[in-house]
Amino acid sequence: MRHAKSDRIALSVLGWTVALVMFFPIFWMVLTGFKTEAEAVATPPSLIFTPTLDNYADVQNRADYLKFAFNSVFVSLGSTLLALAFAIPASYAMAFFPTWRTKNTLVWMLSTKMLPPVGVLVPIYLLFRDTGLLDTRIGLTLVYGLINLPIVVWMLYTFFKEVPRDILEAARVDGARPADEIRHLLVPLSLPGIASTALLAIILSWNEAFWSLNLTASKAAPLTAFIASFSSPQGLFWAKLSAASTLAVAPILIFGWMSQRQLVRGLTFGAVK
Amino acid sequence: MTISIPIQPGRQVIRRGSRRRVRTLPLVAPSVLVLLLWMIVPLAMTLWFSFQYYNLLNPMLSGFAGLENYRFLLTDPALWTAMANTLILVGSVLAITIVAGVLLAVLYDQPFAGRGIARLLVIAPFFVMPTVSALIWKNMLMHPVNGIFAWITRSLGLGVVDWFADVPLLSIILIVAWQWIPFALLILLTAMQSLDNEQKEAARIDGAGPVAMFFHIILPHLGRAIAVVAMIETIFLLSIFAEIFVTTSGGPGLATTNLAYLIYSRALLQFDVGGGSAGGVIAIVLANIVAIFLVRTIARSLDR
Repeated sequence: MRHAKSDRIALSVLGWTVALVMFFPIFWMVLTGFKTEAEAVATPPSLIFTPTLDNYADVQNRADYLKFAFNSVFVSLGSTLLALAFAIPASYAMAFFPTWRTKNTLVWMLSTKMLPPVGVLVPIYLLFRDTGLLDTRIGLTLVYGLINLPIVVWMLYTFFKEVPRDILEAARVDGARPADEIRHLLVPLSLPGIASTALLAIILSWNEAFWSLNLTASKAAPLTAFIASFSSPQGLFWAKLSAASTLAVAPILIFGWMSQRQLVRGLTFGAVK
Repeated sequence: MTISIPIQPGRQVIRRGSRRRVRTLPLVAPSVLVLLLWMIVPLAMTLWFSFQYYNLLNPMLSGFAGLENYRFLLTDPALWTAMANTLILVGSVLAITIVAGVLLAVLYDQPFAGRGIARLLVIAPFFVMPTVSALIWKNMLMHPVNGIFAWITRSLGLGVVDWFADVPLLSIILIVAWQWIPFALLILLTAMQSLDNEQKEAARIDGAGPVAMFFHIILPHLGRAIAVVAMIETIFLLSIFAEIFVTTSGGPGLATTNLAYLIYSRALLQFDVGGGSAGGVIAIVLANIVAIFLVRTIARSLDR
């Protein structure tokens, strides 16, 4: 018994040490956001200080943080709604009326995810330039909607398959059309699944940084691109960088924690259960 | 709860089980079509540009280039440096994240006080946007004068490492590994939980110690999940861009230029559309080699 107890204590110590080490950069970022710029660069690192909210005010007043935050919200929500609008009918059809083509279609959709973005950077950039989509929220929304569509279809497909077929079949016998079936039965019945799919799509769009850095400038830049503007060597402001980063990371971190179990399903396309 | 279904008057009653009555094509077609456009059009354009002389700064130079862009790229030492950097980056991050992921999955599968919260803390880095992780690490942890690492090593009397000057690629590898360890952990932990308790119990009764248990029961069980982690990570790691963009811009020299960054700098900094596109084609071929294996594994899981 004594042996088991000391084992358990060792485990707790180890588990917590690893957790604190992994989390330390985030903790330090949050802490630095409440320091003055002088305290932020102090060595040895200052642990005792009077917290200040000045950085948060500065990030808004000097850099118009809210504009970039709005771009992020617009693009993440817009692209997620777009992907859902396309994916719900497709996943419904594939989950309830599989044909010999279904499996191939699903796998093919997935394979479009594996195209490295840099392989199509040049044409997309030129197409966006010529159609006036460069540095627009709509342009970025379209791109994110498309890159997330395969994951959304795939996740919804696995959730829809869990809905009892009998209920939908009974409705069909009563003469319900597919649109009614989706609206009045499927969506309400699989709402938790749709919600966690949407959450994953939002997380992925919010953190996407290849297309946002290449397709946006000052007007439509989301937070990923805004934070990148802190990388200029002249005048690094660690405390302000930390405050802006904390604001940018916090909402999505909470979303991520909420959806961690469904995340595995979405990220591995159901290959790990 | 009652759900009312609008009934179409005068519609013929459909026989139970006759599924073909619902036309699925109009439901699936929009998704397939937009994805097809999104994939085929830019892909065809990349391929087309890669055979053209096309420089945005020099409109006089145009026309069919044949394999000239490829010849130029393949004989350019920068490409091979970038390829080597890409492979080192992908290989090292894979090794670190999988070893750490397996060990942490075993650790966080054991019950201990506050495990739920500890797990949340460990997976947090995965949700931090890449530009934030890169800048926080570069400035506040790895800075040679004011960074935490420098302070720690100096306090221990070990001298100071100027991370991004002395070991730039390793610095990038550490940052990216920090972001992806949680991913490996999340997936492997899920796989751990499907391990049969009876099997573990039987092995324990047979006198298997923790080490034998790890190598003979746990590791084989995780095999498939490890393969999936490796393949998905490879797809993403081949395209690492933001972390390099905000920290080193590919430098010093070419020390941290990977294939993605090389193509970006050719096409959007030097405006060489033809050369950038040829690089794009090479990147696509590389990613496809991995993708074929991944798609097969996933397609197999569909049948189960």
